[in-house]
Amino acid sequence: MEFKTFVFYFLSTILVVASLRVITARNPVHAALFLVLAFFTASGVWMLLQAEFLAITLVLVYVGAVMVLFLFVVMMLDINLERMRQGFWNNLIPGLVVGGLILTEMVLVLGAKHFNLDNVPNPPPAAAGYSNTKELGRLIYTDYVYPFELAAVVLLVAMIAAIALTMRKRKDVKWVDPAAQVAVKRSDRVRMVSMPAEKD
Amino acid sequence: MNFVMPDFIPAAAEIFILAMACVVLLADLFFGKTNRWLTYFLTQASLVGAAAISAWLILNHGGDIMLTFGNMFIRDLMADFLKLVVYLAVALVVLYGRGYNALRGLDRGEYYLLVLFATLGMMVMISSNHFLTMYLGLELLSLSLYTMVALDRESARSTEAAMKYFVLGALASGLLLYGMSMIYGATGTLEISGVAGALHNHMALTPVLTFGLVFLVAGLAFKLGVVPFHMWIPDVYQGAPTAVTLMIGSAPKLAAFAMAIRLLVFGLFDMATHWQPMLIFLAVLSIALGNIAAIAQTNLKRMLGYSAISHMGYMLLGLLAGIGVDGGNHGANAYSSAMFYAIVYVLTSLASFGMIILLSRAGFESEELDDFKGLNKRSPWFAAMMMIVMFSMAGIPFFIGFFAKFWVLQAVVHAGHVWLAVFAVMMSLIGSYYYLRVVKLMYFDEPAEDAPIAAAPDMRFLLSVNSLAIAALGLMPGQLMSLCAYVLTGGQ
Repeated sequence: MEFKTFVFYFLSTILVVASLRVITARNPVHAALFLVLAFFTASGVWMLLQAEFLAITLVLVYVGAVMVLFLFVVMMLDINLERMRQGFWNNLIPGLVVGGLILTEMVLVLGAKHFNLDNVPNPPPAAAGYSNTKELGRLIYTDYVYPFELAAVVLLVAMIAAIALTMRKRKDVKWVDPAAQVAVKRSDRVRMVSMPAEKD
Repeated sequence: MNFVMPDFIPAAAEIFILAMACVVLLADLFFGKTNRWLTYFLTQASLVGAAAISAWLILNHGGDIMLTFGNMFIRDLMADFLKLVVYLAVALVVLYGRGYNALRGLDRGEYYLLVLFATLGMMVMISSNHFLTMYLGLELLSLSLYTMVALDRESARSTEAAMKYFVLGALASGLLLYGMSMIYGATGTLEISGVAGALHNHMALTPVLTFGLVFLVAGLAFKLGVVPFHMWIPDVYQGAPTAVTLMIGSAPKLAAFAMAIRLLVFGLFDMATHWQPMLIFLAVLSIALGNIAAIAQTNLKRMLGYSAISHMGYMLLGLLAGIGVDGGNHGANAYSSAMFYAIVYVLTSLASFGMIILLSRAGFESEELDDFKGLNKRSPWFAAMMMIVMFSMAGIPFFIGFFAKFWVLQAVVHAGHVWLAVFAVMMSLIGSYYYLRVVKLMYFDEPAEDAPIAAAPDMRFLLSVNSLAIAALGLMPGQLMSLCAYVLTGGQ
């Protein structure tokens, strides 16, 4: 066995086991950590495919930022494990049926018959000094600039949406703006009321 | 390293809307707190400006097909025409919703921004010649709509609706992407015309393609809201603030139509014998369930939601009638009837939700059927307008909705599916019950209250124009139909 093939099978085994543990682990923190492991090994597989930029991005963005955030959220939420497990056995049978159906279909379709090396040949090996990152950057800013800009707009909308849905002005704080305090004038505080003199 | 600068002219309207959205964002940030009218004004101005650009493109380039951005963007007569209708629909949405939002604290800058971004998403979808941009446009539209549904943060009902919409929408996007990736795997290209070419030339219909097609149609059905992928429609229609329901129920249907026709007809036409039965299945279920479930509703918004399901089913009838039982191509007539249906539905939907907004006031939603009781005594004029809208939706002859149904059914009969047409007519008869019930409530029941209608004059005027247009178009439906056919054939 070639060394590369060995590495591939080694990483793939870890990937499959880790992915399974993500959905079977009882503790949500463990599940999140297994997801981190799955991302790590997946990035190794990408590295084997010479997609080094994607591999590094996967680690930096997903492992470094998204999953850490995710872990924090999982730890901060008070997850009631008992309630989450309710209905597991009731939903198991239909879940297995649907899952089994989809699995059979996918195996039939994605099996070696349609995606073998005759139908999808190996790409020609890249020349020496070929930089995946550079090529990706060139494509994104030239040929794919339109979808790239659109993705940026989607992110802008996500930002606006997050602010619109979560930002609240608290009404009950007793904080006073110092500038307003200093600039206060006599007329703001004291009101002269002229009252007719009364006698009795 | 040979990069040719893309031609920006065909996409000028999109670029303009995006630039204006950023202007509105900044203007609202700095002046919006006290001058919300400015945001409103700028939003309408950007729609008018984009309409001018699209009209200019039509006048100067007519039916030319212009591809730009590496063939990802297509500009043809259909795209520009549909965009013009989208601007009109969105402008009416913003106008109708303004007073409603102001009374409920929803009159925030974000509302206008999200409307503009949703418009941009629809335009991108309409002009897309690439799976990638189709998906991105769809996400841009959907993300804006999810947020708009949740914009009323105090309302538990809106939040629940937004949550459902978001989860199901994300699932649908996943299905769609999965289908697209399968088709990419089989044909080796993401470009819609490229897929069509690959299918036409040498492609044997492998299971991979069929598998991809199933997922693609499922994702599309989710977005159109047809049975069995309709679960979100009633809850979202009812739960969202009416001004947002107005948005969801109108212009995006045109984008969904454009998406369906670009993906299925322009892209996967050589698989029509595969997708036609799927669309028949979806259409039959939608027409049946939409019409029957609507009868049981007491909430007008929810009822209109079920009615939307059935209407989308009728629109699918037009799309599937392009290929006859005998294998003949009846495309031109069938697709223009579907387009006609979509446009007519958008117009009537705008008027019907506009009516709900018109009758609502501070602290009162007027969305129950009972709220329409005795409307004739309160306002004979608007009772008549609502009657026009309901008659048109029911498909009563000589209102525009009748011709929409008539032409779709005619296309179905031409394609040889007589049983399908008979079934659709039966269901339409059942459906007219719940539309006519609204008319009965308005004219023959005693009013439950006598509060005067408190809507701004511009809204009253344009809602009347909108309703009267439905009646007037019913007198000359041929012009609009031939316009649709003209647009679809690229100006021949």
